[in-house]
Amino acid sequence: MVQHGIKNDNEFDVIIIGGGITGAGTARDCALRGLKVLLVERNDIATGATGRNHGLLHSGARYAVTDQESARECIEENMILRKIARHCVEETDGFFITLPEDDLDYQAKFVQSCNSAGIKAEIIDPKEAIRLEPSVNPSITGAVRVPDGSVDPFRLTSANITDAKLHGAKVMVYTELISFIKEGDTVRGVKVHNRITGEDMEFYAPVTVNAGGIWGHAIAEKAGTTINMFPAKGALLIFGHRVNNIVLNRCRKPANADILVPGDTVCVIGTTSSRVPFDEVDDMKVTPDEVDLLLTEGAKLAPALASTRILRAYAGVRPLVSADNDPSGRNISRGIVLLDHETRDGIKGFISITGGKLMTYRLMAEWAADAVCKKLGTDKKCQTMDIPLPGSKSEGVEEISRKIWAHPTASQKATAGRHGDLTVRVPSEDELDTSLVCECEEVSVGEVKYAINELDVHNLVDLRRRTRVGMGTCQGELCACRAAGLLARARNCAEGERNDLKRFLNERWKGIYPVGWGDALRESEYSQWVYSGVCGLEK
Amino acid sequence: MEIQEYNISENNFEQCIKCTVCTVYCPVVPVNPEYPGPKQAGPDGERLRLKKGIFFDETLKYCLNCKRCEVACPSGVRIGDIIQAARIKYGRKKPKLRDMMLAGTDFMGSIATKVAPVVNTTLRIKPVKQIMDGVLKIDHRRTFPKYASQTFESWFRKEAAARQEKFDRHIAYFHGCYANYNYPQLGKDLVKVMNALGYGVRLLDGEKCCGVALISNGMIDQATRNAKTNVRIMSEALSSCEAVLGTSSSCSFTLRDEYPHLLGVDNSAVRDHVELAVKFIYRLLESGKASLKFKKDFKARIAYHVPCHMEKLGWGIFSAELVKMIPGVEFTVLDSNCCGIAGTYGFKKENYEVSQAIGKPLFDQIKVIDPDYVACDCETCKWQIEMSTGYKVMNPVSILAAALED
Repeated sequence: MVQHGIKNDNEFDVIIIGGGITGAGTARDCALRGLKVLLVERNDIATGATGRNHGLLHSGARYAVTDQESARECIEENMILRKIARHCVEETDGFFITLPEDDLDYQAKFVQSCNSAGIKAEIIDPKEAIRLEPSVNPSITGAVRVPDGSVDPFRLTSANITDAKLHGAKVMVYTELISFIKEGDTVRGVKVHNRITGEDMEFYAPVTVNAGGIWGHAIAEKAGTTINMFPAKGALLIFGHRVNNIVLNRCRKPANADILVPGDTVCVIGTTSSRVPFDEVDDMKVTPDEVDLLLTEGAKLAPALASTRILRAYAGVRPLVSADNDPSGRNISRGIVLLDHETRDGIKGFISITGGKLMTYRLMAEWAADAVCKKLGTDKKCQTMDIPLPGSKSEGVEEISRKIWAHPTASQKATAGRHGDLTVRVPSEDELDTSLVCECEEVSVGEVKYAINELDVHNLVDLRRRTRVGMGTCQGELCACRAAGLLARARNCAEGERNDLKRFLNERWKGIYPVGWGDALRESEYSQWVYSGVCGLEK
Repeated sequence: MEIQEYNISENNFEQCIKCTVCTVYCPVVPVNPEYPGPKQAGPDGERLRLKKGIFFDETLKYCLNCKRCEVACPSGVRIGDIIQAARIKYGRKKPKLRDMMLAGTDFMGSIATKVAPVVNTTLRIKPVKQIMDGVLKIDHRRTFPKYASQTFESWFRKEAAARQEKFDRHIAYFHGCYANYNYPQLGKDLVKVMNALGYGVRLLDGEKCCGVALISNGMIDQATRNAKTNVRIMSEALSSCEAVLGTSSSCSFTLRDEYPHLLGVDNSAVRDHVELAVKFIYRLLESGKASLKFKKDFKARIAYHVPCHMEKLGWGIFSAELVKMIPGVEFTVLDSNCCGIAGTYGFKKENYEVSQAIGKPLFDQIKVIDPDYVACDCETCKWQIEMSTGYKVMNPVSILAAALED
């Protein structure tokens, strides 16, 4: 529903602040309802907690015992995402395993809680569990099978953004909120700063949505209110290849490092949980203690982790909304928090959508879009539970790639796995387009060109989020310079790209540093020779 | 912290630091653009295949299994093994009749030797070659190895077995299919040389084909059965013999390395005693425990080609040193270059051009050097070099035998 009276390019029905999965989902939902949408994000999409988690398609089982409401939301959204986000989701299933040190009595309570939340939980024989997932700790005394899976958060966010844009939304990345434009107690719009062009701009809308995750705290302050948020850091480790093909969880009260998720070509162990001050949320560092804890606990789930190469360590900040004085943040509900600041604080035209989790982003977006529509006085219904995302409209990887190429190569299948049915848009006619940029993840020149041209890529880190360039074992050693060459050509700016290349390599090193030993260290030494010796890069 | 000190898992592709030297040394990459190369087919591809089997690429069939990538790798990654293991695990194409015929060296040999003159003549007739090319896709430009009318085993039992027992010390001879069915003279030469060194030769009790061709043609079950039998009989033989010696580099390589790495057959009890005759002989001579008397008037200009599997074993030096030891030999080691045949690979119509292109630098060098003959430890290299250059190829053991004083 386009509001009557909107004439100018800088007037919208709704402005959404934040390009994480919540903002992207809200933009899509609103755009599908026919609203004129503007989304502003101060960095790239999926740079906050969205891109810094397990990538676990929760069945909800983890919350079943402690938080039935979250558990129910998870399983419902889990089933919806399997339909609407096929190319972002992998249906792996998950095990909740009991180790000799765990109490096997918990299992019965766990299964009962899962069932009452609507999660199919099936007790299986430990021997059968070992047969199905050979990497699991062989000393398990119990195993429960649940419909967990894995989800690629970058792909999911990008697909939501793409669909929002297809439905008329304007998406501005690298655009930071300076201040709200207020008239008395009403938010009329936003003043933003484009970090690439250096330009300041003003945009107007009757409703503005704060979808800033942990940064939503600061955004709310700019609007003149506070949200009592609880920044809870969670650290994770990425391993060089898949050790497991079924998600492994511990069947006990949720604790540290008790989930191992296979995602794309890697697997991820996490997480830790500790409160961090707000001034640290922009630069998370993983400590040696966290690495030790993740490895020690991880090896209990799958002993092979103890001897598997680690690619990197990273940490995210959960945007929890605190309700009590829990020092760890574990007991705060992962439930969705929708705040109408008009009823809460008397600020009109402003809402915040926060709490929740990657898994329930669509439901959060639905709640937020419902609230937006209510404020706009329209009754358009949410459709996001039925309409597949772009890329997820047709069959699996093999069918998609075979439709395009008679005999698809491994790298063409890898591309189809990343872009689903949108793979038809990836150029692959000539030899250059089919040659590889990233050898570890098999990303072609054509795929990089597609990302640069159509997926809002401004630098190498953005490109990594769209294509997995630089996410493999070499961490940029061979691909970064090739990708930088393509970006330099597309942007016609070699010097700027040289600096981008340095930033990218330093960003890769930041993640390798906490796990810099053994083969990971050998590989980064080699990378350093390549870039300082051959390419003449310093620092 | 104890764990993670060396983070090397049994999936040793993690040791790969992407230096790509394997792809530089791959003989297939420069001549066949469809082959992704050892790095991408091996350690890189393995990560995708671990995700899902659909990422298996049928172009892995272009791998020669020459193991040059493994020789080149500074990180100790068993690249060739990763590729072959992936073909075994994920390959969906069943072996064709042709592949079974080419791979069944044992079976085909046992039939062909019985009617050797007919087979040898028939295989040289042009229309027959055309039919084999058209129907079986065995390239018509190939020359086939001849079959012998009497197997080595049969000769040995009749003519040699009894006198071997006069010796105090013994070795067991793994003759392989080639010496048995195609060129028994090689076996006879080994017996002559070992006897001259003071060793009696025994045969294994029921030797099976080592399985190298079965593995490369995807007939893994039969290869595994053969491997188990061979490990058992070699172990039995080692109770009374000092070593199990071979005269084919690929057979010895398969018995030692492919059994545990690709077939999962434990050969640790025998592996250290399974080697090529040249290595055993070199050690005997070098330590002064035995000596050989050579003809005074022996003269030959010999160029030595190190077969790929010989490079992988690291034993080319033994053959080279032995041949050089013969007075009157003018010796050259040829540049390291795969001949292109790779067992049964080059026989297949679809691989002929690639096979010849790979071997070309080697053929050219041989022609420039113009030796009296070429020395080589591998029978399929021999066929390829003889067919492609016209120069005769002899096993180093046969050269030793020919140079011995009568």
